Amino acid sequence: MARAATNRRMLVVTLIAWTVGIVIFFPILWTALTSFKTEAEAVAAPPTFLAFHWTLENYAEVQQRSDYFLHFWNSVVISVGSTLLGLLVAVPAAWSMAFVPGKRTRDVLMWMLSTKMLPPVGVLIPIYLLFRDFGLLDSRIGLVIVLTLINLPIIVWMLFTYFREIPGEILEASRMDGAGLRDEILFVLLPMAVPGIASTLLLNIILAWNEAFWTLNLSASQSAPLTAFIASYSSPEGLFYAKLSAASTMAVAPILVLGWFSQKQLVRGLTFGAVK
Amino acid sequence: MATAHSRAAARLTMSPAVILLLGWMLIPLVMTLYFSFLRYNLLMPGTEEFIGTLNYQYFLTDPAFFSALGNTLALVGGVLVLTIAGGIGLALLLDQPFWGRGIVRLLVIAPFFVMPTVSALVWKNMLMNPVNGLFAAIAKGVGLQPFDFLAEAPLSSIILIVTWQWLPFATLILLTALQSLDRERLEAAEMDGAGALDRFIHIILPHLARAMTVVTLIQTIFLLSVFAEILVTTNGGPGTATTNITYLVYAQSLLQFDVGGGSAGGIVAVVLANIVAVFLMRMIGRNLDI
Repeated sequence: MARAATNRRMLVVTLIAWTVGIVIFFPILWTALTSFKTEAEAVAAPPTFLAFHWTLENYAEVQQRSDYFLHFWNSVVISVGSTLLGLLVAVPAAWSMAFVPGKRTRDVLMWMLSTKMLPPVGVLIPIYLLFRDFGLLDSRIGLVIVLTLINLPIIVWMLFTYFREIPGEILEASRMDGAGLRDEILFVLLPMAVPGIASTLLLNIILAWNEAFWTLNLSASQSAPLTAFIASYSSPEGLFYAKLSAASTMAVAPILVLGWFSQKQLVRGLTFGAVK
Repeated sequence: MATAHSRAAARLTMSPAVILLLGWMLIPLVMTLYFSFLRYNLLMPGTEEFIGTLNYQYFLTDPAFFSALGNTLALVGGVLVLTIAGGIGLALLLDQPFWGRGIVRLLVIAPFFVMPTVSALVWKNMLMNPVNGLFAAIAKGVGLQPFDFLAEAPLSSIILIVTWQWLPFATLILLTALQSLDRERLEAAEMDGAGALDRFIHIILPHLARAMTVVTLIQTIFLLSVFAEILVTTNGGPGTATTNITYLVYAQSLLQFDVGGGSAGGIVAVVLANIVAVFLMRMIGRNLDI
Protein backbone atom coordinates (compact mmCIF):
# COMPACT_ATOMS: atom_id res chain seq x y z
CA MET A 1 0.00 0.00 0.00
CA ALA A 2 2.76 2.43 1.03
CA ARG A 3 4.74 1.34 -1.97
CA ALA A 4 1.88 2.12 -4.33
CA ALA A 5 1.55 5.59 -2.78
CA THR A 6 5.29 6.22 -3.23
CA ASN A 7 5.06 5.09 -6.83
CA ARG A 8 2.12 7.35 -7.54
CA ARG A 9 4.00 10.26 -5.99
CA MET A 10 7.03 9.43 -8.13
CA LEU A 11 4.84 9.43 -11.21
CA VAL A 12 3.35 12.84 -10.40
CA VAL A 13 6.76 14.37 -9.63
CA THR A 14 8.17 12.84 -12.82
CA LEU A 15 5.40 14.37 -14.91
CA ILE A 16 5.78 17.84 -13.36
CA ALA A 17 9.57 17.80 -13.55
CA TRP A 18 9.68 16.70 -17.18
CA THR A 19 7.11 19.33 -18.16
CA VAL A 20 9.10 22.07 -16.45
CA GLY A 21 12.37 20.80 -17.91
CA ILE A 22 10.99 20.72 -21.45
CA VAL A 23 9.44 24.20 -21.12
CA ILE A 24 12.79 25.65 -19.99
CA PHE A 25 14.67 23.80 -22.72
CA PHE A 26 12.06 24.60 -25.36
CA PRO A 27 13.65 27.72 -26.94
CA ILE A 28 16.79 25.68 -27.66
CA LEU A 29 14.82 22.72 -28.98
CA TRP A 30 12.70 25.02 -31.16
CA THR A 31 15.82 26.66 -32.59
CA ALA A 32 17.35 23.30 -33.42
CA LEU A 33 14.13 22.12 -35.12
CA THR A 34 13.71 25.36 -37.08
CA SER A 35 17.24 25.06 -38.43
CA PHE A 36 16.07 22.02 -40.44
CA LYS A 37 13.03 23.76 -41.95
CA THR A 38 12.81 25.80 -45.13
CA GLU A 39 12.46 29.55 -44.59
CA ALA A 40 8.80 29.40 -45.64
CA GLU A 41 8.06 26.58 -43.24
CA ALA A 42 9.91 28.36 -40.41
CA VAL A 43 7.23 31.09 -40.39
CA ALA A 44 4.29 28.83 -41.36
CA ALA A 45 1.05 29.41 -39.47
CA PRO A 46 0.17 27.30 -37.62
CA PRO A 47 3.76 26.28 -36.82
CA THR A 48 4.80 22.73 -37.67
CA PHE A 49 6.50 20.77 -34.95
CA LEU A 50 8.05 17.62 -36.38
CA ALA A 51 6.02 16.90 -39.52
CA PHE A 52 7.87 19.14 -41.92
CA HIS A 53 10.19 18.56 -44.83
CA TRP A 54 13.60 18.21 -43.15
CA THR A 55 16.43 19.92 -44.99
CA LEU A 56 20.08 20.83 -44.46
CA GLU A 57 20.04 23.72 -46.92
CA ASN A 58 20.24 26.40 -44.20
CA TYR A 59 23.52 25.06 -42.94
CA ALA A 60 24.99 25.15 -46.43
CA GLU A 61 23.62 28.61 -47.08
CA VAL A 62 24.90 30.12 -43.83
CA GLN A 63 28.38 28.93 -44.70
CA GLN A 64 28.18 30.11 -48.32
CA ARG A 65 26.80 33.55 -47.60
CA SER A 66 28.93 34.56 -44.68
CA ASP A 67 31.94 32.30 -44.29
CA TYR A 68 30.54 30.80 -41.10
CA PHE A 69 33.59 28.70 -40.38
CA LEU A 70 35.86 31.74 -40.23
CA HIS A 71 33.78 32.99 -37.30
CA PHE A 72 33.55 29.53 -35.77
CA TRP A 73 37.34 29.26 -35.97
CA ASN A 74 37.69 32.76 -34.47
CA SER A 75 35.61 31.58 -31.51
CA VAL A 76 37.79 28.49 -31.10
CA VAL A 77 41.04 30.46 -31.30
CA ILE A 78 39.87 33.19 -28.94
CA SER A 79 38.31 30.95 -26.29
CA VAL A 80 40.97 28.23 -26.29
CA GLY A 81 43.83 30.68 -26.75
CA SER A 82 42.79 32.98 -23.93
CA THR A 83 42.21 30.02 -21.60
CA LEU A 84 45.60 28.42 -22.28
CA LEU A 85 47.37 31.75 -21.92
CA GLY A 86 45.49 32.33 -18.67
CA LEU A 87 46.49 28.90 -17.33
CA LEU A 88 50.12 29.58 -18.17
CA VAL A 89 50.09 32.69 -15.98
CA ALA A 90 47.73 31.33 -13.32
CA VAL A 91 49.32 27.94 -12.54
CA PRO A 92 52.49 29.43 -10.99
CA ALA A 93 50.48 32.08 -9.15
CA ALA A 94 48.03 29.54 -7.74
CA TRP A 95 50.94 27.26 -6.78
CA SER A 96 52.50 29.94 -4.60
CA MET A 97 49.18 30.93 -3.03
CA ALA A 98 48.25 27.36 -2.18
CA PHE A 99 51.61 26.03 -1.02
CA VAL A 100 53.68 29.03 0.11
CA PRO A 101 51.00 31.32 1.53
CA GLY A 102 52.36 34.47 3.12
CA LYS A 103 50.78 37.24 5.15
CA ARG A 104 49.48 39.00 2.09
CA THR A 105 48.30 35.99 0.05
CA ARG A 106 44.76 36.46 1.24
CA ASP A 107 44.76 40.12 0.26
CA VAL A 108 46.21 39.39 -3.18
CA LEU A 109 43.58 36.71 -3.77
CA MET A 110 40.77 39.02 -2.75
CA TRP A 111 42.20 41.86 -4.79
CA MET A 112 42.34 39.66 -7.89
CA LEU A 113 38.70 38.83 -7.39
CA SER A 114 37.85 42.50 -7.08
CA THR A 115 39.23 43.15 -10.58
CA LYS A 116 36.53 40.78 -11.86
CA MET A 117 33.93 43.09 -10.38
CA LEU A 118 35.07 46.08 -12.34
CA PRO A 119 32.24 46.82 -14.79
CA PRO A 120 33.55 46.63 -18.36
CA VAL A 121 32.15 50.05 -19.30
CA GLY A 122 34.49 51.56 -16.71
CA VAL A 123 37.43 50.73 -18.96
CA LEU A 124 35.71 50.52 -22.36
CA ILE A 125 36.98 53.84 -23.73
CA PRO A 126 40.68 53.52 -22.82
CA ILE A 127 40.80 49.93 -24.06
CA TYR A 128 39.07 50.95 -27.28
CA LEU A 129 41.47 53.86 -27.85
CA LEU A 130 44.55 51.81 -26.93
CA PHE A 131 43.42 49.05 -29.29
CA ARG A 132 42.89 51.63 -32.03
CA ASP A 133 46.36 53.12 -31.52
CA PHE A 134 48.10 49.75 -31.37
CA GLY A 135 46.19 48.40 -34.37
CA LEU A 136 44.51 45.71 -32.27
CA LEU A 137 40.90 46.54 -33.19
CA ASP A 138 39.28 43.66 -35.05
CA SER A 139 42.22 41.33 -34.40
CA ARG A 140 42.09 37.89 -32.83
CA ILE A 141 45.21 38.55 -30.79
CA GLY A 142 43.59 41.62 -29.21
CA LEU A 143 40.53 39.63 -28.17
CA VAL A 144 42.72 36.84 -26.80
CA ILE A 145 44.54 39.38 -24.62
CA VAL A 146 41.36 40.97 -23.27
CA LEU A 147 39.61 37.66 -22.58
CA THR A 148 42.74 36.29 -20.88
CA LEU A 149 42.73 39.27 -18.53
CA ILE A 150 39.03 39.25 -17.71
CA ASN A 151 39.03 35.52 -16.93
CA LEU A 152 42.40 35.38 -15.17
CA PRO A 153 40.94 35.99 -11.68
CA ILE A 154 38.50 33.09 -12.12
CA ILE A 155 41.27 30.81 -13.37
CA VAL A 156 43.56 31.69 -10.43
CA TRP A 157 40.75 31.17 -7.94
CA MET A 158 39.61 27.85 -9.34
CA LEU A 159 43.15 26.49 -9.50
CA PHE A 160 43.80 27.75 -5.97
CA THR A 161 40.80 25.86 -4.58
CA TYR A 162 41.88 22.67 -6.39
CA PHE A 163 45.55 22.96 -5.41
CA ARG A 164 44.62 23.37 -1.76
CA GLU A 165 43.19 19.87 -1.77
CA ILE A 166 46.61 18.45 -2.68
CA PRO A 167 48.72 17.65 0.41
CA GLY A 168 51.67 20.06 0.53
CA GLU A 169 53.92 17.38 2.08
CA ILE A 170 54.29 15.69 -1.30
CA LEU A 171 55.64 18.88 -2.83
CA GLU A 172 57.94 19.42 0.15
CA ALA A 173 59.28 15.90 -0.21
CA SER A 174 60.19 16.59 -3.82
CA ARG A 175 61.88 19.81 -2.72
CA MET A 176 63.90 17.82 -0.14
CA ASP A 177 64.97 15.47 -2.90
CA GLY A 178 66.42 18.46 -4.68
CA ALA A 179 63.79 19.13 -7.32
CA GLY A 180 63.91 22.71 -8.59
CA LEU A 181 60.87 24.96 -8.72
CA ARG A 182 60.21 24.24 -12.38
CA ASP A 183 60.39 20.47 -11.84
CA GLU A 184 58.24 20.70 -8.75
CA ILE A 185 55.44 22.43 -10.63
CA LEU A 186 55.79 20.52 -13.90
CA PHE A 187 56.40 16.97 -12.70
CA VAL A 188 54.95 16.81 -9.19
CA LEU A 189 52.08 19.29 -8.95
CA LEU A 190 50.61 19.20 -12.45
CA PRO A 191 50.09 15.42 -12.73
CA MET A 192 48.23 15.43 -9.41
CA ALA A 193 46.16 18.46 -10.39
CA VAL A 194 45.05 17.23 -13.82
CA PRO A 195 41.33 16.88 -12.91
CA GLY A 196 41.22 20.35 -11.38
CA ILE A 197 43.08 21.93 -14.28
CA ALA A 198 40.81 20.18 -16.77
CA SER A 199 37.69 21.55 -15.06
CA THR A 200 39.19 25.02 -14.95
CA LEU A 201 40.04 24.78 -18.64
CA LEU A 202 36.54 23.63 -19.55
CA LEU A 203 34.67 26.29 -17.59
CA ASN A 204 36.85 29.08 -18.91
CA ILE A 205 36.50 27.99 -22.51
CA ILE A 206 32.73 28.16 -21.98
CA LEU A 207 32.90 31.62 -20.40
CA ALA A 208 35.19 32.93 -23.14
CA TRP A 209 33.10 31.38 -25.91
CA ASN A 210 29.98 33.19 -24.67
CA GLU A 211 31.62 36.51 -23.73
CA ALA A 212 29.63 39.21 -25.49
CA PHE A 213 30.72 42.63 -24.31
CA TRP A 214 34.30 42.88 -25.50
CA THR A 215 33.81 40.66 -28.53
CA LEU A 216 30.95 42.89 -29.71
CA ASN A 217 32.82 46.14 -29.11
CA LEU A 218 36.30 45.25 -30.30
CA SER A 219 35.68 43.05 -33.35
CA ALA A 220 34.39 43.62 -36.86
CA SER A 221 34.23 41.42 -39.94
CA GLN A 222 37.67 39.80 -39.66
CA SER A 223 38.05 38.72 -36.05
CA ALA A 224 34.37 38.45 -35.08
CA PRO A 225 33.69 35.30 -33.09
CA LEU A 226 30.23 33.71 -33.18
CA THR A 227 28.80 36.02 -30.50
CA ALA A 228 29.43 39.04 -32.74
CA PHE A 229 28.61 37.21 -35.98
CA ILE A 230 25.19 36.13 -34.71
CA ALA A 231 24.51 39.72 -33.63
CA SER A 232 24.54 40.67 -37.32
CA TYR A 233 21.19 38.84 -37.59
CA SER A 234 19.61 41.65 -35.57
CA SER A 235 19.19 43.68 -38.79
CA PRO A 236 18.33 40.99 -41.32
CA GLU A 237 17.16 41.08 -44.90
CA GLY A 238 14.13 39.01 -45.89
CA LEU A 239 13.21 35.72 -44.32
CA PHE A 240 15.95 34.59 -41.98
CA TYR A 241 14.51 32.46 -39.15
CA ALA A 242 15.82 29.16 -40.49
CA LYS A 243 19.26 30.60 -41.24
CA LEU A 244 19.43 32.29 -37.83
CA SER A 245 18.49 28.94 -36.30
CA ALA A 246 21.15 27.05 -38.22
CA ALA A 247 23.85 29.57 -37.29
CA SER A 248 22.69 29.54 -33.65
CA THR A 249 22.49 25.76 -33.41
CA MET A 250 26.07 25.36 -34.61
CA ALA A 251 27.22 28.10 -32.23
CA VAL A 252 25.51 26.64 -29.17
CA ALA A 253 25.76 22.86 -29.66
CA PRO A 254 29.48 22.31 -28.97
CA ILE A 255 29.53 24.50 -25.88
CA LEU A 256 26.30 22.99 -24.57
CA VAL A 257 27.95 19.57 -24.62
CA LEU A 258 31.03 20.90 -22.81
CA GLY A 259 28.74 22.66 -20.35
CA TRP A 260 26.86 19.49 -19.51
CA PHE A 261 30.16 17.79 -18.76
CA SER A 262 31.32 20.60 -16.50
CA GLN A 263 28.09 21.24 -14.58
CA LYS A 264 29.62 20.12 -11.27
CA GLN A 265 32.51 22.58 -11.60
CA LEU A 266 30.19 25.40 -12.52
CA VAL A 267 29.09 26.07 -8.95
CA ARG A 268 32.62 25.94 -7.65
CA GLY A 269 34.05 28.11 -10.40
CA LEU A 270 31.46 30.83 -10.30
CA THR A 271 30.97 31.21 -6.57
CA PHE A 272 34.67 31.37 -5.66
CA GLY A 273 34.20 28.77 -2.96
CA ALA A 274 31.39 30.66 -1.24
CA VAL A 275 28.97 27.75 -1.75
CA LYS A 276 30.08 24.19 -1.08
CA MET B 1 57.51 25.06 5.89
CA ALA B 2 58.25 28.22 4.02
CA THR B 3 61.90 29.10 3.69
CA ALA B 4 63.36 32.39 2.52
CA HIS B 5 64.11 30.59 -0.72
CA SER B 6 60.53 29.47 -1.29
CA ARG B 7 59.25 32.93 -0.31
CA ALA B 8 61.32 34.45 -3.10
CA ALA B 9 60.03 31.77 -5.47
CA ALA B 10 56.49 32.55 -4.40
CA ARG B 11 56.89 36.22 -5.21
CA LEU B 12 58.44 35.35 -8.54
CA THR B 13 55.68 32.96 -9.58
CA MET B 14 52.93 35.28 -8.48
CA SER B 15 54.28 38.39 -10.16
CA PRO B 16 53.17 37.81 -13.78
CA ALA B 17 49.53 37.40 -12.75
CA VAL B 18 49.68 40.35 -10.36
CA ILE B 19 51.42 42.64 -12.85
CA LEU B 20 49.02 41.76 -15.67
CA LEU B 21 45.93 42.33 -13.56
CA LEU B 22 47.36 45.49 -12.07
CA GLY B 23 48.04 46.82 -15.57
CA TRP B 24 44.62 45.74 -16.79
CA MET B 25 42.84 47.44 -13.93
CA LEU B 26 44.95 50.45 -13.08
CA ILE B 27 46.04 51.86 -16.44
CA PRO B 28 42.63 51.96 -18.14
CA LEU B 29 40.86 53.04 -14.97
CA VAL B 30 43.22 55.97 -14.48
CA MET B 31 42.78 56.86 -18.15
CA THR B 32 38.99 56.79 -17.77
CA LEU B 33 39.25 58.98 -14.69
CA TYR B 34 41.49 61.41 -16.59
CA PHE B 35 39.20 61.54 -19.65
CA SER B 36 36.21 62.17 -17.42
CA PHE B 37 37.60 65.61 -16.58
CA LEU B 38 38.18 66.56 -20.22
CA ARG B 39 36.08 67.94 -23.01
CA TYR B 40 37.04 65.20 -25.45
CA ASN B 41 35.08 64.23 -28.55
CA LEU B 42 36.50 61.82 -31.11
CA LEU B 43 34.84 63.78 -33.92
CA MET B 44 36.71 66.95 -32.91
CA PRO B 45 40.30 65.85 -32.34
CA GLY B 46 42.68 68.44 -30.95
CA THR B 47 40.03 70.34 -29.00
CA GLU B 48 40.56 68.49 -25.71
CA GLU B 49 40.60 70.74 -22.67
CA PHE B 50 40.27 70.37 -18.93
CA ILE B 51 36.74 71.20 -17.80
CA GLY B 52 36.71 70.00 -14.18
CA THR B 53 33.60 68.15 -13.08
CA LEU B 54 31.40 69.46 -15.88
CA ASN B 55 31.04 66.00 -17.48
CA TYR B 56 29.79 64.61 -14.18
CA GLN B 57 27.36 67.48 -13.77
CA TYR B 58 25.97 66.85 -17.25
CA PHE B 59 25.85 63.08 -16.85
CA LEU B 60 24.28 63.07 -13.41
CA THR B 61 21.62 65.67 -14.25
CA ASP B 62 20.75 64.19 -17.64
CA PRO B 63 17.21 62.75 -17.59
CA ALA B 64 18.64 59.83 -19.58
CA PHE B 65 20.79 58.97 -16.57
CA PHE B 66 17.84 58.72 -14.22
CA SER B 67 15.85 56.62 -16.62
CA ALA B 68 18.93 54.43 -17.15
CA LEU B 69 19.41 54.11 -13.40
CA GLY B 70 15.75 53.16 -13.00
CA ASN B 71 15.98 50.63 -15.83
CA THR B 72 19.15 49.15 -14.37
CA LEU B 73 17.52 48.73 -10.96
CA ALA B 74 14.36 47.26 -12.50
CA LEU B 75 16.38 44.86 -14.62
CA VAL B 76 18.63 43.71 -11.78
CA GLY B 77 15.80 43.57 -9.23
CA GLY B 78 13.33 41.87 -11.54
CA VAL B 79 15.77 39.19 -12.66
CA LEU B 80 16.94 38.59 -9.07
CA VAL B 81 13.42 38.08 -7.73
CA LEU B 82 12.40 35.81 -10.61
CA THR B 83 15.58 33.70 -10.65
CA ILE B 84 15.67 33.22 -6.87
CA ALA B 85 11.98 32.37 -6.56
CA GLY B 86 12.14 30.13 -9.63
CA GLY B 87 15.49 28.70 -8.54
CA ILE B 88 14.13 27.67 -5.12
CA GLY B 89 11.14 26.02 -6.79
CA LEU B 90 13.31 24.19 -9.29
CA ALA B 91 15.83 23.16 -6.64
CA LEU B 92 13.05 21.66 -4.48
CA LEU B 93 11.69 19.86 -7.55
CA LEU B 94 15.05 18.49 -8.71
CA ASP B 95 15.83 17.37 -5.17
CA GLN B 96 12.89 14.89 -5.27
CA PRO B 97 13.43 11.39 -6.55
CA PHE B 98 11.83 10.87 -9.98
CA TRP B 99 12.48 9.05 -13.23
CA GLY B 100 15.05 10.69 -15.51
CA ARG B 101 16.32 13.17 -12.94
CA GLY B 102 19.73 13.43 -14.58
CA ILE B 103 18.23 14.32 -17.96
CA VAL B 104 15.81 16.91 -16.57
CA ARG B 105 18.73 18.48 -14.73
CA LEU B 106 20.59 18.80 -18.02
CA LEU B 107 17.54 20.37 -19.70
CA VAL B 108 17.16 22.90 -16.89
CA ILE B 109 20.77 24.10 -16.86
CA ALA B 110 21.09 24.29 -20.66
CA PRO B 111 20.09 27.97 -21.10
CA PHE B 112 23.15 29.05 -19.12
CA PHE B 113 25.42 27.85 -21.92
CA VAL B 114 23.62 29.69 -24.72
CA MET B 115 25.54 32.80 -25.79
CA PRO B 116 23.71 36.07 -24.98
CA THR B 117 23.32 37.17 -28.60
CA VAL B 118 21.75 33.84 -29.58
CA SER B 119 19.28 33.73 -26.70
CA ALA B 120 18.27 37.34 -27.25
CA LEU B 121 17.72 36.92 -31.00
CA VAL B 122 15.91 33.60 -30.66
CA TRP B 123 13.53 35.06 -28.07
CA LYS B 124 13.05 38.28 -30.02
CA ASN B 125 12.32 36.72 -33.41
CA MET B 126 11.17 33.17 -33.03
CA LEU B 127 9.20 33.44 -29.80
CA MET B 128 8.16 37.06 -29.18
CA ASN B 129 7.71 38.39 -32.72
CA PRO B 130 4.07 39.57 -33.02
CA VAL B 131 3.67 38.25 -36.59
CA ASN B 132 5.79 35.15 -36.98
CA GLY B 133 6.67 34.28 -33.39
CA LEU B 134 5.53 31.16 -31.62
CA PHE B 135 3.79 33.10 -28.81
CA ALA B 136 1.74 34.95 -31.43
CA ALA B 137 0.78 31.63 -33.06
CA ILE B 138 -0.30 30.26 -29.68
CA ALA B 139 -2.28 33.43 -28.91
CA LYS B 140 -4.07 33.21 -32.28
CA GLY B 141 -4.66 29.51 -31.70
CA VAL B 142 -6.66 30.22 -28.52
CA GLY B 143 -8.39 33.26 -30.05
CA LEU B 144 -6.36 36.08 -28.46
CA GLN B 145 -4.69 39.11 -30.03
CA PRO B 146 -0.94 38.58 -30.45
CA PHE B 147 1.07 40.74 -28.08
CA ASP B 148 4.01 42.78 -29.35
CA PHE B 149 6.33 42.06 -26.45
CA LEU B 150 9.35 44.21 -27.29
CA ALA B 151 7.23 47.21 -28.36
CA GLU B 152 4.55 47.09 -25.66
CA ALA B 153 6.59 45.88 -22.70
CA PRO B 154 10.23 46.19 -23.76
CA LEU B 155 11.90 46.17 -20.35
CA SER B 156 9.78 43.30 -19.03
CA SER B 157 10.58 41.32 -22.16
CA ILE B 158 14.31 41.81 -21.62
CA ILE B 159 13.88 40.87 -17.96
CA LEU B 160 12.19 37.66 -19.14
CA ILE B 161 15.03 36.83 -21.55
CA VAL B 162 17.75 37.51 -18.98
CA THR B 163 15.82 35.54 -16.35
CA TRP B 164 15.77 32.55 -18.69
CA GLN B 165 19.56 32.82 -19.01
CA TRP B 166 20.27 33.09 -15.27
CA LEU B 167 17.64 30.72 -13.84
CA PRO B 168 19.98 27.71 -14.30
CA PHE B 169 22.75 29.40 -12.29
CA ALA B 170 20.45 30.20 -9.37
CA THR B 171 18.95 26.69 -9.54
CA LEU B 172 22.33 24.93 -9.51
CA ILE B 173 23.63 26.90 -6.54
CA LEU B 174 20.43 26.58 -4.53
CA LEU B 175 20.27 22.86 -5.36
CA THR B 176 23.86 22.39 -4.19
CA ALA B 177 23.00 24.15 -0.93
CA LEU B 178 19.77 22.17 -0.53
CA GLN B 179 21.59 18.88 -0.88
CA SER B 180 23.80 19.72 2.10
CA LEU B 181 20.72 20.00 4.32
CA ASP B 182 20.60 17.50 7.16
CA ARG B 183 17.75 15.12 6.18
CA GLU B 184 17.27 13.92 9.75
CA ARG B 185 16.21 17.37 10.83
CA LEU B 186 13.48 17.39 8.20
CA GLU B 187 12.33 13.93 9.19
CA ALA B 188 12.34 14.82 12.87
CA ALA B 189 10.25 17.91 12.13
CA GLU B 190 7.85 15.79 10.13
CA MET B 191 7.49 13.33 13.04
CA ASP B 192 6.72 16.25 15.32
CA GLY B 193 3.83 17.10 13.02
CA ALA B 194 5.30 20.06 11.12
CA GLY B 195 3.54 20.44 7.78
CA ALA B 196 5.33 20.88 4.45
CA LEU B 197 4.94 24.67 4.60
CA ASP B 198 6.27 24.84 8.17
CA ARG B 199 9.27 22.75 7.22
CA PHE B 200 9.91 25.00 4.22
CA ILE B 201 9.71 28.26 6.19
CA HIS B 202 11.48 27.18 9.37
CA ILE B 203 14.12 24.73 8.12
CA ILE B 204 14.67 24.92 4.38
CA LEU B 205 14.58 28.69 3.83
CA PRO B 206 17.00 29.54 6.68
CA HIS B 207 19.33 26.84 5.39
CA LEU B 208 19.24 28.41 1.91
CA ALA B 209 19.77 31.97 3.17
CA ARG B 210 23.50 31.94 2.56
CA ALA B 211 23.19 30.51 -0.95
CA MET B 212 20.49 33.08 -1.75
CA THR B 213 22.83 35.87 -0.68
CA VAL B 214 25.63 34.51 -2.84
CA VAL B 215 23.31 34.20 -5.85
CA THR B 216 22.08 37.75 -5.27
CA LEU B 217 25.55 39.26 -5.08
CA ILE B 218 27.16 37.35 -7.95
CA GLN B 219 24.20 37.83 -10.27
CA THR B 220 24.05 41.53 -9.43
CA ILE B 221 27.65 41.97 -10.57
CA PHE B 222 26.84 40.37 -13.92
CA LEU B 223 23.36 41.91 -14.29
CA LEU B 224 24.65 45.45 -13.82
CA SER B 225 26.60 44.86 -17.04
CA VAL B 226 23.87 43.35 -19.24
CA PHE B 227 24.67 44.62 -22.72
CA ALA B 228 24.42 42.19 -25.64
CA GLU B 229 20.78 41.31 -24.93
CA ILE B 230 19.83 45.00 -25.17
CA LEU B 231 22.01 45.71 -28.19
CA VAL B 232 20.49 43.01 -30.40
CA THR B 233 16.86 43.30 -29.30
CA THR B 234 15.95 46.97 -28.76
CA ASN B 235 19.11 49.07 -29.09
CA GLY B 236 18.10 50.61 -25.80
CA GLY B 237 14.71 51.75 -27.12
CA PRO B 238 12.01 52.50 -27.83
CA GLY B 239 13.26 55.92 -26.74
CA THR B 240 15.34 55.06 -23.70
CA ALA B 241 12.89 52.49 -22.34
CA THR B 242 15.51 49.72 -22.16
CA THR B 243 18.71 51.74 -21.82
CA ASN B 244 20.60 50.65 -18.72
CA ILE B 245 23.75 52.36 -17.39
CA THR B 246 26.05 50.05 -19.34
CA TYR B 247 24.22 50.71 -22.59
CA LEU B 248 24.05 54.46 -21.90
CA VAL B 249 27.81 54.68 -21.45
CA TYR B 250 28.36 52.59 -24.59
CA ALA B 251 26.02 54.83 -26.61
CA GLN B 252 27.58 58.03 -25.31
CA SER B 253 31.15 56.97 -25.99
CA LEU B 254 31.07 54.75 -29.08
CA LEU B 255 27.95 56.04 -30.85
CA GLN B 256 28.18 59.76 -30.01
CA PHE B 257 31.98 59.70 -29.64
CA ASP B 258 31.73 61.78 -26.46
CA VAL B 259 34.75 60.32 -24.66
CA GLY B 260 34.60 62.80 -21.76
CA GLY B 261 30.92 62.26 -20.98
CA GLY B 262 31.17 58.51 -21.52
CA SER B 263 34.13 58.33 -19.16
CA ALA B 264 32.23 60.16 -16.44
CA GLY B 265 29.42 57.63 -16.93
CA GLY B 266 31.93 54.78 -16.75
CA ILE B 267 33.24 56.03 -13.42
CA VAL B 268 29.69 56.30 -12.10
CA ALA B 269 29.13 52.66 -13.17
CA VAL B 270 32.31 51.60 -11.36
CA VAL B 271 31.15 53.30 -8.15
CA LEU B 272 27.73 51.62 -8.36
CA ALA B 273 29.27 48.18 -8.94
CA ASN B 274 31.68 48.70 -6.05
CA ILE B 275 28.83 49.17 -3.60
CA VAL B 276 27.70 45.62 -4.39
CA ALA B 277 31.23 44.25 -4.66
CA VAL B 278 32.11 45.28 -1.09
CA PHE B 279 29.37 43.04 0.31
CA LEU B 280 30.25 40.14 -1.97
CA MET B 281 33.95 40.34 -1.10
CA ARG B 282 33.14 40.27 2.60
CA MET B 283 31.08 37.10 2.19
CA ILE B 284 33.74 35.33 0.18
CA GLY B 285 36.51 36.54 2.48
CA ARG B 286 34.73 35.15 5.53
CA ASN B 287 34.65 31.74 3.89
CA LEU B 288 38.32 31.77 2.94
CA ASP B 289 40.54 30.17 5.55
CA ILE B 290 44.17 30.90 4.94
